[in-house]
Amino acid sequence: MALENADIENIALLARLQVSSSETNDYANSISSILCLIDQMQQVSTDGVEPLSNPHDATQRLRKDEITCDNQREAFMALAPAAEDGLYLVPKVLD
Amino acid sequence: MTNKTLVQISKDLTAGKYSSRELTQDIIADIKARDSIYNSFISVSEELALKQADAADARINAGSAELLTGIPFAHKDLFCTQGHATTAASKMLANFVPPYESTVGQRLLSAGAVCVGKTNMDEFAMGSSNENSYFGAVKNPWDLTAVPGGSSGGSAAAVAAGLVPAATGTDTGGSIRQPASFCNLTGIKPTYGRVSRFGIIAYASSLDQAGPMCKTAADAALMLNAMAGFDPQDSTSVQQETPDFTADLNRPLQGLKVGLPKEFFGPGLNPQVAQCIMTAVQQIEALGAQIIDISLPNLELSIPAYYVIAPSEASSNLSRFDGVRFGYRCDQPNDLMDLYCRTRAEGFGTEVKRRIMVGTYALSEGYYDAYYVKAQRIRRLIKDDFTRALSQVDVIMGPVAPTPAFDLGSNTKDPVAMYLEDIYTLSANMAGIPAMSTPAGFVNGRPVGLHIMGNYFAEAKLLNIAHQYQQVTDWHLQTPPSNGIPVSNQTKGAE
Repeated sequence: MALENADIENIALLARLQVSSSETNDYANSISSILCLIDQMQQVSTDGVEPLSNPHDATQRLRKDEITCDNQREAFMALAPAAEDGLYLVPKVLD
Repeated sequence: MTNKTLVQISKDLTAGKYSSRELTQDIIADIKARDSIYNSFISVSEELALKQADAADARINAGSAELLTGIPFAHKDLFCTQGHATTAASKMLANFVPPYESTVGQRLLSAGAVCVGKTNMDEFAMGSSNENSYFGAVKNPWDLTAVPGGSSGGSAAAVAAGLVPAATGTDTGGSIRQPASFCNLTGIKPTYGRVSRFGIIAYASSLDQAGPMCKTAADAALMLNAMAGFDPQDSTSVQQETPDFTADLNRPLQGLKVGLPKEFFGPGLNPQVAQCIMTAVQQIEALGAQIIDISLPNLELSIPAYYVIAPSEASSNLSRFDGVRFGYRCDQPNDLMDLYCRTRAEGFGTEVKRRIMVGTYALSEGYYDAYYVKAQRIRRLIKDDFTRALSQVDVIMGPVAPTPAFDLGSNTKDPVAMYLEDIYTLSANMAGIPAMSTPAGFVNGRPVGLHIMGNYFAEAKLLNIAHQYQQVTDWHLQTPPSNGIPVSNQTKGAE
């Protein structure tokens, strides 16, 4: 399946990636060739085959809803590119 | 000193031939002196390492040492190390210092091992050549014009060059086994769920597994003993008892049934690599094994299915890098959308962005069933192939990669050509079975690895076979030329 430049722009937006106009063409070509490879899957019938999402067919293990570690708020907030008074700073969202 | 095995270093430390501090200092000095040739390290953690070495020396002197106590190793830079930068070889995390340690790292530290630094890799573990690193490509110590493999290429090059005696790796589609094969090492990808993923930066969570990269099977068993085990902090960690992986190393191979899948020996395989593998298989047969032809009919589908599932999971996992909570942030964003889009555009490299976009597309409305669910159905076909084959045979053998290490730059323009290199390794991750590479010869001075795959939780059997093979061969003992220029253009493996 061949992707157009407009498809790349749409996918990039969904993926929250800025793609410059000079890159769009390269991505359209390389991702189209990857999709061409991926389309080999359609040659085989998988009717009646259950999808496998975990190699052991395991389901998510749940634990008791208990506190198991100390609050690490300060350690984690110290990693933020911009934070103040215990809040993450981002550009203004509401006018 | 670092061409010694973990087993030898452990004996030396216990005998007091040198201290862990002396060894650690030597190793760090050697990395500083020689790694400019290979670019296998992203960072060295000298201060932390010397503290760990002093603590190890105290344990050794107190008689409370374990086998790994005092032994230096390196972590792939995908493992979070508390207080020391962890980059995933990405600009996105170039300045990230984790506030916690991965479970694997904690286990190795508890055993007394000394982490000397973090190794180079493909960015976020996406690649088969270690050319997708923000910190530059890694060179193969066996031939400086060749790639070391990927994504754990720095770990492989560092151990092969004798800079460290062992390193951790991760394997999502072959990222331990292929660089081990390209650099003449013993590397094992354990069963999915055997080793905790907690604190390892996620690429494709249903496929990722961590494992050791060492010089010998005995070393890999020793290191896996420390790394493996149930972890309540990883929801896919398997609640299985962890055996002593060294216990079966000396078991004879009499009666072992080895399957050779015809799909591993098709037209894409380099004939000289095939010759090395067949010679190795004959040697294993001579040790008492029975060789049986088998088939894994859906092998070829592992490439398209993997390149849907892995990018899909990656696009989800990497959505956390948003420039808000940690990691890189673009300068002067206009608004929130600009902050997200520009941070991610500037922070991620081309291949990472490409896989995020492929995954985003595969998971998007209208395509989810045709791509993602279809790939998961094929994933079951691949698992069923292995289940069927492994009811007939004990283990499966073949090549790790279709060629020896390829030249730097030879596949960088064409992502599909690079993906096709993964043909023999992807299926073990898709099925979740353990698989390893052990040195099996050379083609034009570049190493070739024998691929051994087994049933779920059969790591001890794989290590046993590799160890027995290493008792009758000396490929694993060979060390690269000090100048990185291959000494021979002969096909040694076929002799």
